[in-house]
Amino acid sequence: MKVLPGEFTALLGPNGAGKTTLVEMIEGIQKPDDGSILIKGMPWKGNEFFLNQVIGISLQETWFIEKLTVYETLCLFASFYHLSKSRAGEILFLINLEEKKNTYIKNLSGGQRQKLALGIALLNFPEVLLLDEPTTGLDPNARHDIWEILLKLKEERNTSLVLTTHYMEEAEYLCDRIIIIDKGKILAKGSLQELLTECETSEIIEITVNSVSSYNFHQLPGVLKTNFNPKANLYSLEVREIIETLPVLLKEMDKEGIHIRSLQCRKRNLDDLFTSLTGRHLNA
Amino acid sequence: MNHPFIQLTISQIKEFFREPGSVFWSFGFPILMALGLGMAFSGKKEIMHGVAIIPTYSIEGSIIEKTIFGGESMKDTIIEKRFENVNGKTRYVYYITSWEDAEILLKRGIISAILSEDENGIRYHYDPMNPEGELIQVQLSNFFETGNLGQNTGVIEPLQTIGMRYIDFLIPGLLTMGIMMSVMWGVCYALIEKRSKKLLRRMVATPMRKTHFLLAIWASRLILTFFDSVVLLVFAHYFFHITIQGSIPALILLLLSGNIAFFGLSILISSRTANTEVGNGLISFITTPMMVLSGIFFSYQNFPAWAIGVIKILPLTKFTDEARSIINEGSGLFGSLDGVIMLILFGVVTFLAGTRIYKWY
Repeated sequence: MKVLPGEFTALLGPNGAGKTTLVEMIEGIQKPDDGSILIKGMPWKGNEFFLNQVIGISLQETWFIEKLTVYETLCLFASFYHLSKSRAGEILFLINLEEKKNTYIKNLSGGQRQKLALGIALLNFPEVLLLDEPTTGLDPNARHDIWEILLKLKEERNTSLVLTTHYMEEAEYLCDRIIIIDKGKILAKGSLQELLTECETSEIIEITVNSVSSYNFHQLPGVLKTNFNPKANLYSLEVREIIETLPVLLKEMDKEGIHIRSLQCRKRNLDDLFTSLTGRHLNA
Repeated sequence: MNHPFIQLTISQIKEFFREPGSVFWSFGFPILMALGLGMAFSGKKEIMHGVAIIPTYSIEGSIIEKTIFGGESMKDTIIEKRFENVNGKTRYVYYITSWEDAEILLKRGIISAILSEDENGIRYHYDPMNPEGELIQVQLSNFFETGNLGQNTGVIEPLQTIGMRYIDFLIPGLLTMGIMMSVMWGVCYALIEKRSKKLLRRMVATPMRKTHFLLAIWASRLILTFFDSVVLLVFAHYFFHITIQGSIPALILLLLSGNIAFFGLSILISSRTANTEVGNGLISFITTPMMVLSGIFFSYQNFPAWAIGVIKILPLTKFTDEARSIINEGSGLFGSLDGVIMLILFGVVTFLAGTRIYKWY
C-alpha cells in the first residue's frame, strides 16, 4: 500500500482485523515479519530520530499523566519537539479545549482525552499523521468534533493521514482512499468512488419475517447472494436490480404465507461490500 | 525554556506533590514512625513488667505473701509495685490468677513470666528465649532475697550521651529506608504504570531522548528524597536532639550514592514488567527482606553468622551502616568512601543491565 502526500487513507476493518498491528508497524513500534515500510522514502532503522520528528501519532487508548493539566501535558510534549509553549496554546485553540486548559487529565471525558491525544499528535506540524481508532467509544458529537479538526487540517496543510477505524461512515466522510482489511489481509482498496462503483453492481433488499422459513430465495430472479441473521429473522438479498426481484418476492411471500414485518430496499454500501467479502459485519 | 529535561523533571515533581498519598508516605510517614518508635523506646519514664502469680494459700510463711503482700493474704487480683534506682523507674504489675488465665495473659503479651510457690520455694515460668522473662527472674529473685531489684556490686553510670540511644540507631535507618522506598516506588512503580498505560510508548514515539527521560526521573526523585531527608533530619534534631556528628558533605555524597543504587535497581526491576500488580509484588519482594534484614529497626548482629555475611552485602545494609557511621560515629568523607563506591557501582551495573533489556513499547 502507498499513501501519497496530502492523502487521507482509512484502514477499515472489524476488531481483530490487524489494523493496529499494521499502523504500529508504520509507527515503528512493531517490526514487520516480512516486507518493508518506508516513510518519505526512509526505513525506520537508522532514521528513528528524523522520522519521529515528521510523524504524529495517536495510539489506541493512551493515558497521559493524570495529575498534569491539559496545558502542562501539551507543553511537555511540545518540549520533546523543542517547540515553544505558544505552540501548546495554538493546539488548545485548534482542538477546542481552551476551557479545559487548567483541568487535570484525570478529570477529562473520553472525548476530551481523544481530542488531547489528537492535539499532541498535531503539535509538530506532522507530515504524516497516524491515528489508531481516534473516535472509538465516543458519542456522535465528540466524533464530529474530531472529524472537523481533521478536515480543517486537510484544507490547511498537506498532511498525509492513515487512520484506522471500524466506522464505515468515518472512512467515507474523511478519507480519499479506503483499504478494507480483515485477518491481516487486504480485501479491497481504492477511492471511495471506486469502492462504491464496485458496490453499485448490485442492490440490497432486506426483509424481516415472522418466523424462520425454508423458502429458497435463490430461485427468485436476479438474486446473487443471500444472508440470514437468525437473531433478527432478517433476510438480506443481494440482487442485480431491485425492480427485477421485488415484485416477484412480494408475490411469492404472499403465496407461501410468509408475513413480512419490515422491508428495506437500498443501494449497496461499504458495509455490504465488507459483509460480502468476509461474511461478517464491520461492527460485529 | 521549554527544554525536555526540565519539563520532564518539573512534571514528575508536580505529579508527586499533587498526590496527597505520596506526600504523606514520603514526608509524614517517616516522621510518624520516628516519633512513635522514638517515644516507645527512648523517652520511656518507667519500665513496666507484667507477672502472673498463681496463689497457693496453704503454704506456711509464703515468700510471695510476705514480700509482695506484706503478710496479707493474696486477695487482690492486680497489685502494682514501683521501684526506683539508678536505672530509672520500674513498675511491676502482679496479676493474681489461675494457671489457665495466666497462660492467656502470657499469650496476649500482657505478662512475661508466671510465678508459683510450693514448699521448696518460688518457681519461675517463662520462655527462656524471652530476655524480659529472664530479667524478671533475676530482678525478682534479688527482690525476694534483698528487697531490691538488683545487686549493685559496681557503680552504674547510665549512658545518656546523644549518639548512643535507640533513637540515634533508628533515625539513620529510617533515613536510608525512606530513600529506598521513595526511589523504588517512585521510579519503579511509576515506570511500570507508564508502560502499562502506554504512555512510555507514546513518549518514545517523539524525538524525546530516552536519556533525558531517565535522567529527569532520577533528578526529580533525587530532589524529592533530598527534601525527605532534610525534613526527617531537622525533625530528629529538634525533637530528639540528634546532630550529625560526622561530615555533612560525606552524608550528602552517601545519600546521592544510595539514590543511584536504588535508581539502578528500579530500572532493572521495571525493565520488562508491563503490569502494575506484578510490579507491586516485585517491589515488595525486593524491599521487604531488606527492611527486615538490613538493621533498620534492630541490629542484624542477632542473625546467625552465615546470614550476617549475606546481609552485609545488601545495598540497604551498606547504605544504613555508612549513614550510622557518619551521623552517630562522626565519620568523614574518606571513612564512608568504600560504601559510597560500592553503592554507586551497584547502581551503575543494575542501571546498565536494566537499560540493555528495557522494554519501551
